[in-house]
Amino acid sequence: MADKSKMAQQFIQALPHARALGLKLIEIGNGQAAITMPYAKHIVGDLKTGVIHGGAVSAVMDTCCGAAVMSHPSTPTGTATIDLRIDYMRAATPGQTITALATCYHVGRSVAFVRATATDEDTGNPVATASGSFTVETSPGSFTERRN
Amino acid sequence: MANSEPMQLVEQRRDAALAALMQGVPYIRFLGIEFDRHGAELTGVLRFDDKLIGNPFLPALHGGVTSAFLEVTSIITLSMAHLWERIESGEIDAKSVPPENLPNLPKTIDFTVDYLRSGRPRDAYARATVARAGRRYASVQSTAWQDNQDKPFAQASGHFLMPALGDAHDG
Repeated sequence: MADKSKMAQQFIQALPHARALGLKLIEIGNGQAAITMPYAKHIVGDLKTGVIHGGAVSAVMDTCCGAAVMSHPSTPTGTATIDLRIDYMRAATPGQTITALATCYHVGRSVAFVRATATDEDTGNPVATASGSFTVETSPGSFTERRN
Repeated sequence: MANSEPMQLVEQRRDAALAALMQGVPYIRFLGIEFDRHGAELTGVLRFDDKLIGNPFLPALHGGVTSAFLEVTSIITLSMAHLWERIESGEIDAKSVPPENLPNLPKTIDFTVDYLRSGRPRDAYARATVARAGRRYASVQSTAWQDNQDKPFAQASGHFLMPALGDAHDG
């Protein structure tokens, strides 16, 4: 599992946009993942309030769902988002780190169904939830290996 | 009295309102989104940059970037449509109103994105259509494409909570 987790950490670090957002993988395995996104001025969606933009929350949730799929025991070689729905419950508190938690609740041969929540430091009170379907790729030449 | 006003002044007021709305959203600049405006019609333009890449092996735009681009295009399009009458009448003139006093932006309630194909490492475009804008809630659909508008790479549908019109100067 350690190798898998190291691989996943490298996977996140290899994504330029994940780096640009300062995403950190803090937990992964068994079809579950947790990723944090630090507060930053450039991801603010409303200057008047300093609240971060929903789009940034959606980016961390999408990445987290993808990481959860990659960590599933069925060992997919790659994944891509088919669709993702985000419900925004409340504004994230300015200055606080966002933590996304994603869980695969069904993984088939071709499709994984994933749910995620995003919280700030008030962990009992989600900022947003997400639900999506993702491709499950298992053959060589798929998503992560198609380099040509 | 928009009718007797030189068109140039009206256009300046429209551009100033659009610029002021965008200025209030630092995330728009971070992603490198611009808007082409023809009359009331807006086209979002996402200028390609390496930091927008999700999968470096394909390479492809990050799904979160695509989603954010569609959400930003939806919010700005909805907001311009919402304020249009008051921009036309001159009641909203961003040149004389400090940005912090501009009306609040609509808030996203939910946003659903369909990823149709992977976003290539090049500029992308998006347009949003306001399906319905009520006093409190609005429903907006959007599409993003790259080289060919007939081949969208993502489409989205979202619901938004409208700012009260009376809130214009409440900050």
